Amino acid sequence: MTPPPFQWFLDQHRDDVYRFLVAAVGAQEADDCFQETFLSAMRAYPRLRPNSNMRAWVLTIAHRKALDAHRARGRLPLPVADPPERAAANGAAEPDGELWAEVRRLPGKQRAAIALRFAGDLQHDEIGRVLGCSEEAARRNVHEGLKKLRTTWQT
Amino acid sequence: MANLSDMEKQLARAARADVSRAVARASDDLADRAAHEHLLDVAYTVLDSPVGPVLVAATRRGIVRISFGQGYDPESVLADLCGRVSPRIVEAPSYFDAVRRELDEYFHGQRTRFDLPLDWSLTGGFGRRVLERTARIPYGEVSTYRQVAAAAGSPRGARAAGNALGANPIPIVVPCHRVLHSGGGLGGYGGGLDRKEFLLRLEGVLRD
Repeated sequence: MTPPPFQWFLDQHRDDVYRFLVAAVGAQEADDCFQETFLSAMRAYPRLRPNSNMRAWVLTIAHRKALDAHRARGRLPLPVADPPERAAANGAAEPDGELWAEVRRLPGKQRAAIALRFAGDLQHDEIGRVLGCSEEAARRNVHEGLKKLRTTWQT
Repeated sequence: MANLSDMEKQLARAARADVSRAVARASDDLADRAAHEHLLDVAYTVLDSPVGPVLVAATRRGIVRISFGQGYDPESVLADLCGRVSPRIVEAPSYFDAVRRELDEYFHGQRTRFDLPLDWSLTGGFGRRVLERTARIPYGEVSTYRQVAAAAGSPRGARAAGNALGANPIPIVVPCHRVLHSGGGLGGYGGGLDRKEFLLRLEGVLRD
């Protein structure tokens, strides 16, 4: 059984993947991570098992690309802010830009769990699968992250 | 201090944000990057034409599939290519500038032969020989099922030749519309007989 045409897979999941990446790495790096994600997916695609959870699969790849981006940024001398033009162009993708900027300052697992939950719209068991932890640990990461956000974020 | 559920609502708003424009921009270079990394096995696009929408699919070798006319169903064509060629199929209109130009010229009566590379991998055996013979029938001329069967090495294979032409994966460019019944009838056409008539009229074979 071959998977469906890649274009259908792309059409079905690209908005979720993009939202997750904007949440996880910010608008500036989302485009590149997005392309890297779907190139990796395309490489492995013909070997994909039938009945796979494709959404969790592609978000797992996106999560790895987001980690790579965070690591690369850790090596940069200075944190870079979104250039104003670009940030404005991506405004629609970041309705609560500052809150999500706070999310990106959380520890890795909490950051990823919150992005997968709220931007990727995954259930806790799927988040566990993406992060390689139990459903319970995924739920705890979301919860701890939200608690930490609450201490820094004022509505 | 914000309460948890307010914050969850704010975060969830991101899940409903309209990202279509940003995604379209980010997707733009994807086909190019995929081609560059040898991951793009089949590119396709849909072109407008006087015979209705025309789906064109190409591999690295050339055009592998054209579909239009009666029963036009791009989804089933793509699903078929998925199984017979590769599931790495991506819509990439920018790869079809030459095809678009040549087809436009053809439909305007300004082109009598195509200079487009073809991928014959969806054909084989006798059917392929029939189609290769058919590809050599010049614009404005016609042949018969019996003649192309004989030219392909099977003088009594008119019916088999008809089947092969009916299953032509690359119609228009491989001009199966130029093959008619020996008795003078139009014969059949995968894209519908009205399309065959249209093309023969365009080429000046049929007149009002």
